[in-house]
Amino acid sequence: MSVVVKTIARILVPVILVFGGYVILHGHLTPGGGFQGGAVAASAVALLLVAFGAPAVKRLKAPFSVLEDLGGIAFVVLAFLGLGFTFFANSLAGMGGLFGAPVPTGPNAGILNSGGTVPLMNWAVGFKVLGGLGAVMVLFGLFGGDDDR
Amino acid sequence: MIGNVPFVVCMVLVLLGLWALLFRRNLVKIVIGVKIIENGVNLYLVATGYVRGGIVPIYTYAPPDAVMVLPTPQALTLTSIVIGLATTALMLAFVVVIHRHKKSLDGRKVTELSG
Amino acid sequence: MRRWGVVVTFLIVAGCLLLGAARMRPFGAPRYDLMDRYFNAFSQREAATNNVVTAIVFDYRGYDTLGEATVLFTAVIGVALVLRRLTR
Repeated sequence: MSVVVKTIARILVPVILVFGGYVILHGHLTPGGGFQGGAVAASAVALLLVAFGAPAVKRLKAPFSVLEDLGGIAFVVLAFLGLGFTFFANSLAGMGGLFGAPVPTGPNAGILNSGGTVPLMNWAVGFKVLGGLGAVMVLFGLFGGDDDR
Repeated sequence: MIGNVPFVVCMVLVLLGLWALLFRRNLVKIVIGVKIIENGVNLYLVATGYVRGGIVPIYTYAPPDAVMVLPTPQALTLTSIVIGLATTALMLAFVVVIHRHKKSLDGRKVTELSG
Repeated sequence: MRRWGVVVTFLIVAGCLLLGAARMRPFGAPRYDLMDRYFNAFSQREAATNNVVTAIVFDYRGYDTLGEATVLFTAVIGVALVLRRLTR
Protein backbone atom coordinates (compact mmCIF):
# COMPACT_ATOMS: atom_id res chain seq x y z
CA MET A 1 0.00 0.00 0.00
CA SER A 2 0.98 3.63 -0.29
CA VAL A 3 2.93 5.55 2.32
CA VAL A 4 -0.22 7.31 3.54
CA VAL A 5 -1.85 4.02 4.47
CA LYS A 6 1.33 2.79 6.14
CA THR A 7 1.71 5.95 8.23
CA ILE A 8 -1.92 5.94 9.32
CA ALA A 9 -1.65 2.25 10.19
CA ARG A 10 1.44 2.90 12.33
CA ILE A 11 -0.52 5.56 14.23
CA LEU A 12 -3.76 3.60 14.55
CA VAL A 13 -2.53 0.12 15.52
CA PRO A 14 -1.53 1.04 19.13
CA VAL A 15 -4.79 2.94 19.56
CA ILE A 16 -6.82 -0.08 18.41
CA LEU A 17 -4.87 -2.40 20.71
CA VAL A 18 -5.40 -0.12 23.71
CA PHE A 19 -9.12 0.11 22.95
CA GLY A 20 -9.35 -3.67 22.74
CA GLY A 21 -7.60 -3.95 26.10
CA TYR A 22 -10.03 -1.42 27.57
CA VAL A 23 -13.03 -3.38 26.30
CA ILE A 24 -11.61 -6.59 27.81
CA LEU A 25 -10.62 -4.98 31.13
CA HIS A 26 -14.04 -3.39 31.70
CA GLY A 27 -15.92 -6.43 30.44
CA HIS A 28 -17.68 -7.02 33.75
CA LEU A 29 -18.79 -3.41 34.14
CA THR A 30 -19.65 -2.00 30.70
CA PRO A 31 -20.81 -3.48 27.39
CA GLY A 32 -18.09 -5.69 26.01
CA GLY A 33 -16.05 -8.58 27.25
CA GLY A 34 -13.46 -11.06 26.16
CA PHE A 35 -14.83 -11.91 22.73
CA GLN A 36 -15.57 -8.36 21.70
CA GLY A 37 -12.27 -6.96 22.94
CA GLY A 38 -10.35 -9.80 21.31
CA ALA A 39 -12.11 -9.14 18.01
CA VAL A 40 -11.32 -5.42 18.27
CA ALA A 41 -7.65 -6.18 18.93
CA ALA A 42 -7.61 -8.65 16.03
CA SER A 43 -8.80 -5.89 13.72
CA ALA A 44 -5.39 -4.29 14.33
CA VAL A 45 -3.85 -7.41 12.80
CA ALA A 46 -6.15 -7.00 9.79
CA LEU A 47 -4.99 -3.40 9.43
CA LEU A 48 -1.35 -4.49 9.56
CA LEU A 49 -2.06 -7.19 6.97
CA VAL A 50 -3.72 -4.72 4.58
CA ALA A 51 -1.14 -1.98 5.01
CA PHE A 52 2.13 -3.91 5.06
CA GLY A 53 1.28 -7.13 3.24
CA ALA A 54 1.52 -10.75 4.25
CA PRO A 55 5.33 -11.16 4.45
CA ALA A 56 5.57 -8.39 7.06
CA VAL A 57 3.23 -10.18 9.48
CA LYS A 58 4.55 -13.68 8.75
CA ARG A 59 6.58 -13.88 11.94
CA LEU A 60 3.43 -13.19 14.00
CA LYS A 61 1.96 -16.61 13.18
CA ALA A 62 3.78 -18.67 15.85
CA PRO A 63 3.17 -16.15 18.69
CA PHE A 64 -0.52 -16.06 17.84
CA SER A 65 -0.78 -19.85 18.00
CA VAL A 66 0.97 -19.89 21.39
CA LEU A 67 -1.31 -17.07 22.58
CA GLU A 68 -4.42 -19.04 21.64
CA ASP A 69 -3.20 -22.17 23.42
CA LEU A 70 -2.31 -20.20 26.54
CA GLY A 71 -5.70 -18.50 26.54
CA GLY A 72 -7.55 -21.80 26.33
CA ILE A 73 -5.43 -23.40 29.04
CA ALA A 74 -5.90 -20.39 31.33
CA PHE A 75 -9.66 -20.53 30.77
CA VAL A 76 -9.86 -24.20 31.77
CA VAL A 77 -7.57 -23.67 34.79
CA LEU A 78 -9.79 -20.80 35.96
CA ALA A 79 -12.80 -23.06 35.57
CA PHE A 80 -11.09 -25.72 37.70
CA LEU A 81 -10.47 -23.13 40.44
CA GLY A 82 -14.04 -23.49 41.60
CA LEU A 83 -13.94 -27.27 41.78
CA GLY A 84 -14.40 -27.29 45.55
CA PHE A 85 -17.96 -26.19 44.87
CA THR A 86 -18.74 -26.94 41.22
CA PHE A 87 -16.98 -26.64 37.90
CA PHE A 88 -17.09 -22.98 36.78
CA ALA A 89 -18.06 -21.77 40.26
CA ASN A 90 -17.02 -18.18 40.87
CA SER A 91 -14.67 -18.93 43.76
CA LEU A 92 -12.94 -15.54 43.92
CA ALA A 93 -16.02 -13.32 44.09
CA GLY A 94 -16.47 -11.42 47.33
CA MET A 95 -13.43 -12.97 49.04
CA GLY A 96 -11.31 -9.86 49.16
CA GLY A 97 -8.01 -10.10 47.34
CA LEU A 98 -7.76 -10.08 43.56
CA PHE A 99 -11.03 -9.01 41.92
CA GLY A 100 -12.79 -9.85 45.18
CA ALA A 101 -14.36 -6.59 46.31
CA PRO A 102 -18.02 -6.90 47.28
CA VAL A 103 -20.52 -5.36 44.89
CA PRO A 104 -23.51 -3.34 46.09
CA THR A 105 -26.86 -4.53 44.79
CA GLY A 106 -28.68 -2.30 42.38
CA PRO A 107 -27.35 0.46 40.10
CA ASN A 108 -23.90 1.64 41.12
CA ALA A 109 -20.86 3.35 39.66
CA GLY A 110 -18.95 0.14 39.03
CA ILE A 111 -16.00 -1.25 40.98
CA LEU A 112 -13.14 -2.40 38.76
CA ASN A 113 -11.71 -4.72 41.44
CA SER A 114 -14.78 -6.97 41.52
CA GLY A 115 -16.13 -9.93 39.66
CA GLY A 116 -14.07 -12.86 40.92
CA THR A 117 -12.96 -15.13 38.10
CA VAL A 118 -15.02 -13.32 35.47
CA PRO A 119 -12.43 -10.61 34.60
CA LEU A 120 -9.64 -13.20 34.55
CA MET A 121 -11.73 -15.37 32.20
CA ASN A 122 -12.34 -12.24 30.12
CA TRP A 123 -8.59 -11.81 29.71
CA ALA A 124 -8.09 -15.48 28.88
CA VAL A 125 -10.84 -15.52 26.26
CA GLY A 126 -9.68 -12.16 24.90
CA PHE A 127 -6.17 -13.46 24.29
CA LYS A 128 -7.63 -16.65 22.86
CA VAL A 129 -9.80 -14.79 20.36
CA LEU A 130 -6.96 -12.42 19.46
CA GLY A 131 -4.63 -15.36 18.86
CA GLY A 132 -7.19 -17.39 16.92
CA LEU A 133 -8.39 -14.60 14.64
CA GLY A 134 -4.87 -13.27 14.15
CA ALA A 135 -3.59 -16.72 13.21
CA VAL A 136 -6.49 -17.23 10.78
CA MET A 137 -5.90 -13.85 9.13
CA VAL A 138 -2.14 -14.38 8.83
CA LEU A 139 -2.76 -17.83 7.33
CA PHE A 140 -5.19 -16.38 4.78
CA GLY A 141 -2.70 -13.67 3.94
CA LEU A 142 0.17 -16.13 3.51
CA PHE A 143 -1.53 -19.03 1.73
CA GLY A 144 -4.84 -17.57 0.57
CA GLY A 145 -3.71 -17.01 -3.03
CA ASP A 146 -3.01 -19.51 -5.74
CA ASP A 147 0.09 -21.64 -5.76
CA ASP A 148 1.76 -19.85 -8.63
CA ARG A 149 1.85 -16.57 -6.78
CA MET B 1 -47.27 0.00 18.13
CA ILE B 2 -45.10 -1.98 15.74
CA GLY B 3 -46.57 -5.41 16.34
CA ASN B 4 -44.56 -8.23 14.85
CA VAL B 5 -42.56 -6.23 12.31
CA PRO B 6 -39.06 -6.99 13.79
CA PHE B 7 -39.65 -10.75 13.60
CA VAL B 8 -40.88 -10.46 10.01
CA VAL B 9 -37.83 -8.37 9.07
CA CYS B 10 -35.51 -11.05 10.50
CA MET B 11 -37.31 -13.72 8.51
CA VAL B 12 -37.00 -11.61 5.33
CA LEU B 13 -33.25 -11.48 5.98
CA VAL B 14 -33.16 -15.28 6.39
CA LEU B 15 -35.08 -15.68 3.13
CA LEU B 16 -32.66 -13.38 1.26
CA GLY B 17 -29.78 -15.56 2.42
CA LEU B 18 -31.69 -18.70 1.44
CA TRP B 19 -32.30 -17.25 -2.04
CA ALA B 20 -28.57 -16.61 -2.46
CA LEU B 21 -27.87 -20.13 -1.21
CA LEU B 22 -30.24 -21.75 -3.71
CA PHE B 23 -29.82 -19.71 -6.87
CA ARG B 24 -26.20 -18.49 -6.91
CA ARG B 25 -23.39 -20.60 -8.28
CA ASN B 26 -20.40 -18.59 -7.10
CA LEU B 27 -19.07 -20.22 -3.95
CA VAL B 28 -18.12 -16.90 -2.33
CA LYS B 29 -21.69 -15.67 -2.83
CA ILE B 30 -22.96 -18.87 -1.21
CA VAL B 31 -20.76 -18.15 1.81
CA ILE B 32 -22.20 -14.61 1.89
CA GLY B 33 -25.69 -16.13 1.83
CA VAL B 34 -24.86 -18.34 4.79
CA LYS B 35 -23.62 -15.26 6.66
CA ILE B 36 -26.84 -13.37 5.87
CA ILE B 37 -28.94 -16.28 7.20
CA GLU B 38 -26.82 -16.32 10.32
CA ASN B 39 -27.21 -12.60 10.90
CA GLY B 40 -30.95 -12.89 10.46
CA VAL B 41 -31.11 -15.65 13.05
CA ASN B 42 -28.94 -13.65 15.46
CA LEU B 43 -31.19 -10.61 15.07
CA TYR B 44 -34.21 -12.83 15.65
CA LEU B 45 -32.70 -14.18 18.87
CA VAL B 46 -31.96 -10.68 20.18
CA ALA B 47 -35.45 -9.49 19.19
CA THR B 48 -36.92 -12.42 21.11
CA GLY B 49 -35.45 -11.13 24.35
CA TYR B 50 -36.66 -7.55 24.10
CA VAL B 51 -38.96 -6.24 26.80
CA ARG B 52 -40.93 -3.09 26.04
CA GLY B 53 -39.16 -0.06 27.49
CA GLY B 54 -36.25 -2.19 28.69
CA ILE B 55 -32.65 -1.04 29.01
CA VAL B 56 -29.45 -3.01 28.48
CA PRO B 57 -28.91 -5.47 31.38
CA ILE B 58 -25.93 -3.69 32.92
CA TYR B 59 -26.11 -2.13 36.37
CA THR B 60 -23.29 0.39 35.90
CA TYR B 61 -24.95 3.84 36.06
CA ALA B 62 -28.34 2.30 35.32
CA PRO B 63 -31.36 4.46 36.11
CA PRO B 64 -33.12 3.25 39.27
CA ASP B 65 -36.19 1.03 38.89
CA ALA B 66 -35.59 0.48 35.20
CA VAL B 67 -36.87 -2.70 33.58
CA MET B 68 -34.14 -4.70 31.85
CA VAL B 69 -34.31 -6.81 28.70
CA LEU B 70 -33.75 -10.57 28.96
CA PRO B 71 -30.01 -11.31 29.15
CA THR B 72 -29.96 -15.00 28.15
CA PRO B 73 -30.73 -14.52 24.42
CA GLN B 74 -27.95 -11.93 24.27
CA ALA B 75 -25.45 -14.33 25.83
CA LEU B 76 -26.46 -17.12 23.46
CA THR B 77 -26.21 -14.72 20.50
CA LEU B 78 -22.67 -13.87 21.57
CA THR B 79 -21.82 -17.58 21.46
CA SER B 80 -23.54 -17.92 18.10
CA ILE B 81 -21.60 -15.00 16.59
CA VAL B 82 -18.22 -16.45 17.50
CA ILE B 83 -19.15 -19.92 16.23
CA GLY B 84 -20.41 -18.35 12.98
CA LEU B 85 -17.10 -16.55 12.61
CA ALA B 86 -15.18 -19.81 13.04
CA THR B 87 -17.34 -21.64 10.48
CA THR B 88 -16.99 -18.75 8.03
CA ALA B 89 -13.21 -18.94 8.27
CA LEU B 90 -13.37 -22.68 7.59
CA MET B 91 -15.75 -22.25 4.64
CA LEU B 92 -13.56 -19.58 3.06
CA ALA B 93 -10.51 -21.81 3.49
CA PHE B 94 -12.31 -24.57 1.59
CA VAL B 95 -13.30 -22.10 -1.13
CA VAL B 96 -9.64 -21.10 -1.48
CA VAL B 97 -8.62 -24.75 -1.83
CA ILE B 98 -11.37 -25.45 -4.42
CA HIS B 99 -10.26 -22.44 -6.44
CA ARG B 100 -6.66 -23.58 -6.22
CA HIS B 101 -7.51 -27.03 -7.60
CA LYS B 102 -10.27 -26.21 -10.11
CA LYS B 103 -9.26 -22.66 -11.14
CA SER B 104 -12.94 -21.81 -10.86
CA LEU B 105 -15.46 -20.70 -8.26
CA ASP B 106 -18.46 -22.40 -9.89
CA GLY B 107 -20.13 -24.72 -7.44
CA ARG B 108 -21.44 -26.97 -10.22
CA LYS B 109 -17.94 -27.93 -11.29
CA VAL B 110 -17.12 -29.49 -7.93
CA THR B 111 -18.65 -32.90 -8.56
CA GLU B 112 -15.99 -35.47 -7.75
CA LEU B 113 -14.57 -36.12 -4.34
CA SER B 114 -10.91 -36.69 -5.16
CA GLY B 115 -8.46 -34.29 -6.73
CA MET C 1 -38.20 -28.54 -14.49
CA ARG C 2 -35.87 -29.05 -11.56
CA ARG C 3 -35.45 -25.33 -11.18
CA TRP C 4 -39.22 -24.91 -10.80
CA GLY C 5 -39.21 -27.50 -8.04
CA VAL C 6 -36.59 -25.50 -6.22
CA VAL C 7 -38.59 -22.30 -6.65
CA VAL C 8 -41.80 -23.91 -5.35
CA THR C 9 -39.95 -25.32 -2.33
CA PHE C 10 -38.44 -21.92 -1.64
CA LEU C 11 -41.87 -20.29 -1.80
CA ILE C 12 -43.33 -22.84 0.61
CA VAL C 13 -40.48 -22.31 3.08
CA ALA C 14 -40.84 -18.53 2.71
CA GLY C 15 -44.55 -18.70 3.41
CA CYS C 16 -44.04 -20.84 6.48
CA LEU C 17 -41.32 -18.58 7.90
CA LEU C 18 -43.17 -15.30 7.24
CA LEU C 19 -46.49 -16.64 8.52
CA GLY C 20 -44.82 -18.04 11.64
CA ALA C 21 -43.07 -14.76 12.34
CA ALA C 22 -46.23 -12.73 11.72
CA ARG C 23 -48.31 -14.86 14.05
CA MET C 24 -45.81 -14.86 16.90
CA ARG C 25 -46.43 -13.06 20.18
CA PRO C 26 -46.18 -9.24 20.05
CA PHE C 27 -42.69 -7.78 19.96
CA GLY C 28 -41.47 -6.72 23.38
CA ALA C 29 -43.66 -8.94 25.56
CA PRO C 30 -41.88 -12.24 26.24
CA ARG C 31 -44.11 -14.88 27.74
CA TYR C 32 -41.64 -16.91 29.82
CA ASP C 33 -38.97 -14.88 31.60
CA LEU C 34 -38.58 -16.51 35.01
CA MET C 35 -34.94 -17.53 34.47
CA ASP C 36 -33.98 -14.15 33.05
CA ARG C 37 -35.61 -12.28 35.94
CA TYR C 38 -33.60 -14.49 38.29
CA PHE C 39 -30.39 -13.62 36.44
CA ASN C 40 -31.18 -9.92 36.47
CA ALA C 41 -31.95 -9.99 40.18
CA PHE C 42 -29.15 -12.22 41.49
CA SER C 43 -26.15 -11.84 39.17
CA GLN C 44 -24.70 -9.05 41.29
CA ARG C 45 -24.99 -11.11 44.46
CA GLU C 46 -23.76 -14.41 43.05
CA ALA C 47 -21.24 -13.46 40.35
CA ALA C 48 -20.30 -9.97 41.61
CA THR C 49 -20.54 -8.46 38.12
CA ASN C 50 -22.56 -5.46 37.01
CA ASN C 51 -22.80 -6.83 33.46
CA VAL C 52 -25.46 -9.54 33.53
CA VAL C 53 -24.58 -10.86 30.06
CA THR C 54 -20.95 -11.40 31.06
CA ALA C 55 -22.12 -13.11 34.24
CA ILE C 56 -24.21 -15.53 32.18
CA VAL C 57 -21.49 -16.18 29.61
CA PHE C 58 -18.69 -16.83 32.10
CA ASP C 59 -20.47 -18.01 35.22
CA TYR C 60 -23.94 -19.46 34.83
CA ARG C 61 -23.38 -20.94 31.38
CA GLY C 62 -19.65 -21.51 31.44
CA TYR C 63 -19.98 -24.84 29.68
CA ASP C 64 -21.34 -23.05 26.60
CA THR C 65 -18.30 -20.83 26.55
CA LEU C 66 -15.98 -23.80 26.96
CA GLY C 67 -17.55 -25.54 23.98
CA GLU C 68 -17.41 -22.37 21.98
CA ALA C 69 -13.70 -21.96 22.73
CA THR C 70 -13.26 -25.54 21.53
CA VAL C 71 -15.10 -24.71 18.29
CA LEU C 72 -12.85 -21.69 17.73
CA PHE C 73 -9.74 -23.79 18.39
CA THR C 74 -10.96 -26.49 15.99
CA ALA C 75 -11.67 -23.92 13.29
CA VAL C 76 -8.18 -22.44 13.60
CA ILE C 77 -6.67 -25.94 13.37
CA GLY C 78 -8.85 -26.68 10.32
CA VAL C 79 -7.81 -23.49 8.55
CA ALA C 80 -4.16 -24.19 9.30
CA LEU C 81 -4.54 -27.73 7.96
CA VAL C 82 -6.37 -26.72 4.79
CA LEU C 83 -4.31 -23.64 3.94
CA ARG C 84 -0.77 -24.91 3.61
CA ARG C 85 1.54 -25.52 0.77
CA LEU C 86 1.25 -29.12 -0.38
CA THR C 87 4.31 -28.91 -2.63
CA ARG C 88 7.61 -27.85 -1.19
